[in-house]
Amino acid sequence: MGQGAGALMRRRDFLAATSAAAALAACGSKAAPPLPPGTLSGANDVLGHRLRRPDLPVPTETRRAAVAIVGGGIGGLSAAWKLARSGCDDFLLLEMESEAGGNSRAGRNEVSAHPLGAHYLPLPPREARATRQLLAELGVLQGDPDAAHPAYDEKYLCHAPQERLYTNGYWQEGLWPTLGVPATERAQYARFQDAVAGLRQRRDPAGRRAFALPLALSSRDPQLLALDRLTMRDWLLGEGYTAPGLFWLVDYACRDDYGTAATQTSAWAGLHYFACRDGEGQVLTAPEGNAWLARGLARAAAGRVLQNALVFRVEQGRKESVCDVYLAAENRSIRVIARELIWAAPQFLIPHVFAAQRPEWLAGIRGAEYAPWIVANLTLSAAPQTRAGQPLAWDNVLHDSAALGYVVATHQQLRYAPAPTVITWYRALHEETAGHQRQLLQSRDAWAAQVLADLARPHPEIRELATRIDIHRHAHAMIRPLPGRLWGGRRRDFERGGAGIQFAHADVSGLSLFEEANYRGVLAAERTLARLGVSFASSL
Amino acid sequence: MQRPLLVSVFIVASCGLAYELIAGALASYLLGDSVMQFSTVIGVYLFAMGIGSWLSKHVVGNLLVRFIQIELLVGLLGGLSAGLLFLLFTLHAGPFRFALYGLVLLIGILVGLEIPLIMRILKREVAFKELVAQVLSFDYIGALAVSVLFPLLLAPHLGLVRSALLFGLLNALVAAWALWLFRAQIGALAVLRAQCVAVIALLAVGFGFAGTFVSLAEANLYNEDIVHAESSAYQRIVVTRWRDETRLYLNHNLQFSSRDEYRYHEALVHPGLAALPGARNVLVLGGGDGMAVREILKYPQVESITLVDLDPRMTELFSQSPLLRELNGGALASPKLRIVNADALQWLEASPETFDFVVADFPDPSNHSLGKLYSTAFYRLLKQHVAETGRIVVQATSPLYARESFWTVVATLEAAGWQTAPYHALVPSFGEWGFILASRREYRPPTTIPVATRFVTPDALPALFHFPADMARIPAEPNRLDNQNLVRVFEREWGRVQAP
Ligand SMILES: Cc1cc2nc3c(=O)[nH]c(=O)nc-3n(C[C@H](O)[C@H](O)[C@H](O)COP(=O)(O)OP(=O)(O)OC[C@H]3O[C@@H](n4cnc5c(N)ncnc54)[C@H](O)[C@@H]3O)c2cc1C
Repeated sequence: MGQGAGALMRRRDFLAATSAAAALAACGSKAAPPLPPGTLSGANDVLGHRLRRPDLPVPTETRRAAVAIVGGGIGGLSAAWKLARSGCDDFLLLEMESEAGGNSRAGRNEVSAHPLGAHYLPLPPREARATRQLLAELGVLQGDPDAAHPAYDEKYLCHAPQERLYTNGYWQEGLWPTLGVPATERAQYARFQDAVAGLRQRRDPAGRRAFALPLALSSRDPQLLALDRLTMRDWLLGEGYTAPGLFWLVDYACRDDYGTAATQTSAWAGLHYFACRDGEGQVLTAPEGNAWLARGLARAAAGRVLQNALVFRVEQGRKESVCDVYLAAENRSIRVIARELIWAAPQFLIPHVFAAQRPEWLAGIRGAEYAPWIVANLTLSAAPQTRAGQPLAWDNVLHDSAALGYVVATHQQLRYAPAPTVITWYRALHEETAGHQRQLLQSRDAWAAQVLADLARPHPEIRELATRIDIHRHAHAMIRPLPGRLWGGRRRDFERGGAGIQFAHADVSGLSLFEEANYRGVLAAERTLARLGVSFASSL
Repeated sequence: MQRPLLVSVFIVASCGLAYELIAGALASYLLGDSVMQFSTVIGVYLFAMGIGSWLSKHVVGNLLVRFIQIELLVGLLGGLSAGLLFLLFTLHAGPFRFALYGLVLLIGILVGLEIPLIMRILKREVAFKELVAQVLSFDYIGALAVSVLFPLLLAPHLGLVRSALLFGLLNALVAAWALWLFRAQIGALAVLRAQCVAVIALLAVGFGFAGTFVSLAEANLYNEDIVHAESSAYQRIVVTRWRDETRLYLNHNLQFSSRDEYRYHEALVHPGLAALPGARNVLVLGGGDGMAVREILKYPQVESITLVDLDPRMTELFSQSPLLRELNGGALASPKLRIVNADALQWLEASPETFDFVVADFPDPSNHSLGKLYSTAFYRLLKQHVAETGRIVVQATSPLYARESFWTVVATLEAAGWQTAPYHALVPSFGEWGFILASRREYRPPTTIPVATRFVTPDALPALFHFPADMARIPAEPNRLDNQNLVRVFEREWGRVQAP
């Protein structure tokens, strides 16, 4: 492609970046049509904030269980799953929301189920044994769960086409920007891919992968762990990379997995994304995102889950732990006394809930940051059109956007006729810190307008198609893997747990991923089973 | 002088993007819904614009005169582009691609010349930095306006031919306007003026007559009399008649010709059904024209037939139109028949019924949606609806023109756990066509065909199951939902057949 074309590409780039304002100018004075209706939902802020106010009713009833699990995200549900599978039924799972699942919950309307958060699971590597075991139990992994490349149910494997990238006014195949990118830059893509392929193969003398999933099984080679001290961007620069497309893709990966820009993400975490799996990019997904996995886990805990149950005070004793639980639906509190406690709620809540603070926990939490996320579900009367390039895929990524693009909830449906659909738009507030979340607190309408403006670039007709826009806010969605947080010793005390208490949230790993939450939950359950003297076959 | 030129930047940019979109849309409209069309057109166009802006260095002399001439030329070529291409396609599909890319290249080069020239003209009056900012922002806004208007207003309401003419006129008017504004700085006024008038007149006349032109060209495209044409919610349905031959086109693809459809439908139904003397319940997926149902109704033991076709307009048309009812022998009115207008995949997922014989007569797998109807997942789903001793038959495109596609479908059925018996038949309107029988047990061709047939007779049967060397089995990967390799293979193979 000639020089002129290169210049033109940049023109197109700019064109793409000129947002709603220019579109309005071009359309003349016509007033914008009203926004489609929709709701604003999110982390049960009202309830959560009550943790900080001591006006909750005093417990009027006491219940006992061998094990209490606080929090029913993937971590807590995995713990419950492992306990139940090992024949230990004497547990109670306490979940503050009206439904378990945490970040892996789903919404549902007359058109389709749709994710409110987590939406896919890459084919898990061999090391993620518990995850593979779960998939086998759900019938999705077929054959030997320990095989190098097991077969998976076609219904859950993401259907083709899996992904496309909108750049320069054009939908290209795959996520590496290639349109109008000179060969020298593409050579850098290849060099990077070779480098991560090398890291993927690399084993230490003990046979551990350089970057394993779960991360606890990774090599402790100091040279590798040192990567945790620099940012992903600095690592790229240090390796002599300059190609803007590569920086974009890596930044996209960090925002997608960690809600954090490459300028802030630990290089160890950034490389982990690329080097911990060998599934060739294939993913499992469903209309409801990862909620089918949450529900699969929850089935094992049926009858032992208390919903609308906010744990607002925990007192840890030598022999037993006491949890005070506010039952929002009944506006009363109960006391749960358990021999073993599994804490599967985010760590930042510990200072607000625990009666006695352990200095090592507080030290572990200090400086932790959480990435807020906005998830918008747009119900559309028809699938958005493709003006130029590859057809609609499951994951549709926007190059010139602070958001990540959208996934199509109906993509996995067995249907060939055109029909209404729901698309889920994702935006990590990667530039915001928990301190000033002004943007996060915007109104539903403000978010809906922003989502429409973002999507109007590839799909000018989006406003006409949208019949609903539901916004879901995650205030403290994912712990950020900032430099130093993974291997700087901060996780150690949570990893270890203590007498009568285990930690089972993805926070313990420092990477908010299904496999990590699942591993932490199962590990916590196995340690608890051992302490209770129940025999079990390890899933790890 | 600066403002008018910036306004022309806006118009010129709009026109530039419009020609590109029109060519892309026309190509995908005429050459089928291939994902390739838009991308190739845009690629060529961007490349050409690059050449244009590079060439602009070599434009010398009176820049204003050159600008006016280039505008006229863009207007003329761009304006007539859609009409010319359409006409050419209807006359002879062969050189169409050459003409398409030639024209796109030419227009792209000219459009690439425009903005650099305007910049050079304006440079005399405005500081460079300011200039770049102004020109480029008008350029963007113009392009943005068209990219918004094109799919919403222009393509649906004006049509491609008229839209192109409209933008051509705009280009020519920019030329005329510039001529008038700068008349003091231009020498050969009379010649340029005459050129302007001629181009504008030509395009205006074209715009006036575009409607007649399009219907003439469409008639030319079908080479037959159109007796029915409508756009249903799902597709464009066109029925034509020429002498005593009736044809059905869906989205411009021939579905049958009354002259030889009996060959297709006999081949589709009888090898399977004649070997199932106990068949009571039959399911037909697709096939809203009722021809397959007509063949099935010949078997007295068949008690009920369920026809699942997506498009209610198809089944209505073929139940109501006397001409079409004559063709399917009134099959759609049979009391044994139940018509369901639904997505076959959705319907099968929800239905608990099982059948003795299932006919899957879907459109070819030319895109990812249709590709699902040829996937391992679909064939596994079908299995839940076929009785233990039952059987299915699948139309599977041409084993001659799309050999790998055909054997991909065979491999897909096998991967889903079916035993297959592939066969083929010559249907002159389509060429050599392929079908696949699949069941849980081995299939043996029947020794008698108990009903009246013209083409599929017992002595003709064995030959159908024999594949000569040029269609013989080749290795192929099953088509799974997560790879949809059939769509790519199909596109490659049929693209080759249709290429000039
Ligand atoms: C928008 C978004 C998209 C994501 N996409 C993916 C993806 O595609 N794939 C992937 O693998 N991961 C994804 N993730 C990461 C996701 O966080 C993990 O996959 C996983 O769901 C984390 O589970 P968890 O149990 O560690 O945490 P959480 O989901 O945070 O679970 C904690 C639970 O504790 C409950 N709780 C908190 N406090 C209390 C209390 N005081 N009392 C009682 N209950 C309490 C909460 O309500 C919640 O249910 C995504 C996350 C977000 C936010």
